Amino acid sequence: MNAAAPLAQPVRYVDALRLALEEALARDPRVFLYGQDIAAPFGGAFKVTKGLGERWPERVINAPISEDAITGVAIGAAIDGARPVIEFQFGDFASIGFNQLVNHAATTFWRTGRSCPLVARLPVGGTPGAGPFHCQMAEGWLAHHPGLIMVCPATVADAYHMLLDAIACDDPVVFCEHKNLYNHLKDETDPRTTARLPMGAAAVRRAGVDCTLVSYSAMLHECLAAAHQLEREHGIEVEVLDLRCVRPLDEEAILASVGRTGRLVVATEDWPFGSVAAEVIALVTSRAFHALDAPPLRLAALDVPIPSHPDLFAAQRPNAARIVEAVLETVAH
Amino acid sequence: MLPDVGTRVRDSLRSPGPWSVVPPAAGPRTTDPHQRLALLKWMIAARLIDERMAVLYRQGHIPGGSVFLAKGQEALSAALGMQLRQPAAGRAGDIFAPLIRDLAARLAFGEPVIDVVRTHLMRRTGPMRGRDGNIHRGDLAQGVLPMISHLGAMVAPVCGVLMARRLRGEPASQRTIGATSIGDGGMQTGALHEALNVAAVEKLPLVLVVADNQVSYSTFSDRTYACASLVDRAIGYGVRGYSIDGTDADVCLATLHEAVARARADEGPQMVVATLLRGAGHGEHDDASYVGSELKARFGDCLTLYERTLLAATTISEADTVAWRNEVTAEVNAAIQQALAEPQPDPAQEDWRALSSRDLATELMPRWAPASGAG
Repeated sequence: MNAAAPLAQPVRYVDALRLALEEALARDPRVFLYGQDIAAPFGGAFKVTKGLGERWPERVINAPISEDAITGVAIGAAIDGARPVIEFQFGDFASIGFNQLVNHAATTFWRTGRSCPLVARLPVGGTPGAGPFHCQMAEGWLAHHPGLIMVCPATVADAYHMLLDAIACDDPVVFCEHKNLYNHLKDETDPRTTARLPMGAAAVRRAGVDCTLVSYSAMLHECLAAAHQLEREHGIEVEVLDLRCVRPLDEEAILASVGRTGRLVVATEDWPFGSVAAEVIALVTSRAFHALDAPPLRLAALDVPIPSHPDLFAAQRPNAARIVEAVLETVAH
Repeated sequence: MLPDVGTRVRDSLRSPGPWSVVPPAAGPRTTDPHQRLALLKWMIAARLIDERMAVLYRQGHIPGGSVFLAKGQEALSAALGMQLRQPAAGRAGDIFAPLIRDLAARLAFGEPVIDVVRTHLMRRTGPMRGRDGNIHRGDLAQGVLPMISHLGAMVAPVCGVLMARRLRGEPASQRTIGATSIGDGGMQTGALHEALNVAAVEKLPLVLVVADNQVSYSTFSDRTYACASLVDRAIGYGVRGYSIDGTDADVCLATLHEAVARARADEGPQMVVATLLRGAGHGEHDDASYVGSELKARFGDCLTLYERTLLAATTISEADTVAWRNEVTAEVNAAIQQALAEPQPDPAQEDWRALSSRDLATELMPRWAPASGAG
């Protein structure tokens, strides 16, 4: 049953997520999926659960448009021994499940000593034309609360391994999937054959000595493109650190990297105020101030709601060109 | 097709407005003397323990917060608790998510008095270990979900427990049900609406007990809802509705017995709306001076009425009630003495961790081996 059939290459981010859910459903009878439009034959707005409902109709369950109840159901099922994986159709709508996530799921272990092993899958991030209510990131307002783990996989291998880790984890995990990666990010390697990292570990995606460039989710790929350009055009060696898990932060990996480079740029498509990027900079300035050769720089989206028109959309968020400018400014300091 | 909601629902459609007392239901009344005695005893116990907690509050023994009394709601609450099955060896029990005026149901469902006291006094020995207080207490091993303060938020988790059990293939012969309470205030939350709808869509064995006690904190029902009776909503959700006089203990007991039995028989969600009056302030910090004498005159106190009924029927004697009160008083006083001698939480002993996971950055999450034959 679990012997993996060869995949049509290359593997997309969305395929990796589906493979992880398929493996979890096949191996663990406690696992069930609950969300809007996820059952057969539709398979979800982004097709992450395509084909799963046919095989496990009783465990891939459509829900009404009721994000509070979807989350509350997952909490009850989790504390009764199940492993629920809920899908918000868009991460923006997790705001309706906010209360159950931060006040209920996140407080259960602290209050009762019993863990609450649910996974909330959030399709997050911007796509051109989708506008202010289908493009948001969620880590700024969810990662604030103690009691939640929040992961933002940026690679095909991480999408697969981290989703299985999130399901295996005894704590509530908010799993942020970037919508722009679903079909566009591809990998020639079957993620099931790749090594996995600890779920909470940051990963150095490119080594360098001149500046640390911290990112996560889809912005990682803008950072890698910027690093390539900086090396080619300016001879600058950037170390690109992928946080992978934004709550808890892998503080030691961040501090170690800044210790090697002495400079820090944090790039995110989230808003700047009270953000994960702000937290990374606060960490470095409070614990490694002496290691810094230049002021740390936060490169975030403009502090306005996310615009619809593709030109406005593109202007509102960081990209590789703006990351190059930010690194040049930091290195020149 | 909508379920048959029964004549009592249709009768309620003719009731003139939210402040009116629905006429005594035409439905069944409990006549079994053992059941009636048990109900009265739980009501007396809840009333006395509540009053004792109020005294502790006024004496300054309750750290911060308040104490919430169920006065006037004990018949409804005890009638629910008496229907619930406690977990036993090799068998799961029912699930109960109580609200703030549910001491009687908690006691009838097996909550030890010492845990009531420990949680009010925020002792480390209590089920919440001082991390959460008085009415938020719960014990997952006993099937009592610890409420959060957000009204309506407990209904969906009860649904989740029931869905998990259905997925596990709980046999019909051992069917467990989920029960939870709400008031006329909490009935207006989005969370309640979403969750009751999910219960109906999934046809879950859920019993929702609605205490329409005329006032949410200080706001009266005419500013809370506009339908003739909250039971009118049952047909809208597609659940079975019951409208009862919450001050009539025999009716409460018979109705809750029927509702729980129907849920256990896989007849889907049941919603019992009981009309009564909150007999105290919202909490003991609140003197409820805004509740006028005209409203008070419309409602009797369920405990006073029931004692009178059972005395008149010579089911009990005055001496019986005095003896029961003395028994409860002795037990709660002993529990208070014990809890006061027990340790409070020690900040230096806390681990201050909100996650059960450790070392996420260095340790691989334990799980099954990677799929064989991959690639």
